[in-house]
Amino acid sequence: MYTQIYNLIFKRNSTFVATVFASTFLFQVGLDETVTSWYEARNKGKLWSDLKPKILAGFESEEDDE
Amino acid sequence: MFSQFGSALKHGARSFSTAAKSDVSSNTKKIVNAAVAATGLTAAFILYQDSQTAQAMTAAEHGLHPPEFNWSHNGMFDTFDHASIRRGFQVYREVCAACHSLDRIAWRNLVGVSHTNSEAKAMAEEFEYDDEPDDEGNPKKRPGKLADYIPGPYANEQAARAANQGALPPDLSLIVKARHGAADYIFALLTGYPDEPPAGVTLPVGANYNPYFPGGSIAMGRVLFDDLVEYEDGTPATTSQMAKDVSTFLNWTSEPEHDERKRLGAKALIVVTALYFVSVYVKKFKWTTIKHRKIVYHPPKK
Ligand code: HEC
Repeated sequence: MYTQIYNLIFKRNSTFVATVFASTFLFQVGLDETVTSWYEARNKGKLWSDLKPKILAGFESEEDDE
Repeated sequence: MFSQFGSALKHGARSFSTAAKSDVSSNTKKIVNAAVAATGLTAAFILYQDSQTAQAMTAAEHGLHPPEFNWSHNGMFDTFDHASIRRGFQVYREVCAACHSLDRIAWRNLVGVSHTNSEAKAMAEEFEYDDEPDDEGNPKKRPGKLADYIPGPYANEQAARAANQGALPPDLSLIVKARHGAADYIFALLTGYPDEPPAGVTLPVGANYNPYFPGGSIAMGRVLFDDLVEYEDGTPATTSQMAKDVSTFLNWTSEPEHDERKRLGAKALIVVTALYFVSVYVKKFKWTTIKHRKIVYHPPKK
């Protein structure tokens, strides 16, 4: 197991650097997704994405306004 | 408490003087003591004198401090209420825009914040902007585009002052950042006009009384009254509702990056916290051999 990881990643600098770059990219995407979905859930009801459908519907259903 | 402090000082002084016995002559000591006493007495005298006089800048001159309101965007991770921004823009357009400009906001800034692309385009097209001159060099006009900035009500400062009895209605783009109390102040100012100025207050002609405005005498009269505008989403347009919405809107114009800033702040906090713990681990790792080594001395045996 460890030897496998060593041979695959750490042995050569090229693979090591490539791993660093790739995992940075994936980490950033994952963190961004997680934080954004938490942030938008937390602020649900106040966002543009909540307002836009109401505008497009011409504010017909007036009871669910905050 | 003071006697304890005093004896500690004396003790300190004594041990100091024993350490440096021969160097400090008693004359030097006297001079130092005199200087300390003179400084202390002068400071006490100045403080006493200061306490005897009344404040020249009274609370009325500073303006009343606005109360802190419970804005829905107050928290560290709370976004603006975009429905409120939209209503606030309507209040700005229908009320404040008669006197106040909003120079730093372009029509495109509203897109995806409070208005759709086509709405913002339609609003921009209602205004005429200078176009390139035609082939004979005559100035031309064109309808507004998304990239144009929202036009102000007056051609220049002189025109603005002439229309407002010499007072200049400030540009509102950054007003929330430009005033102590920020949005709280704007809300308090707009809703803070009493029916009559308090007894004993005389105002210049054309001025109005508002306790939140420094000095109390403001050239802008009360502008918000119940049901002045009609909200498309059915929200009752009370004075305080309109003041809340326009304050939220002006807060957005001052900080258009607000929502994104807080989102990135959350990300930054997570990453920085993780890096902090990594740095603690690395420090412990690097120092462990030094911290745990043991120095043993074996005295030579005779
Ligand atoms: C009739 C014209 C007029 C209208 C309408 C108007 N204002 Fe004003 N406003 C003024 C003038 C004039 C001043 C300058 C007051 C002064 O310096 O004494 C002013 C000043 C201000 C100030 C600055 C106060 C300060 O601390 O310096 C703010 C904030 C403000 N107005 C907000 C608004 C808002 C928000 C609206 C819309 C709800 C509005 N105004 C509508 C004329 C107007």
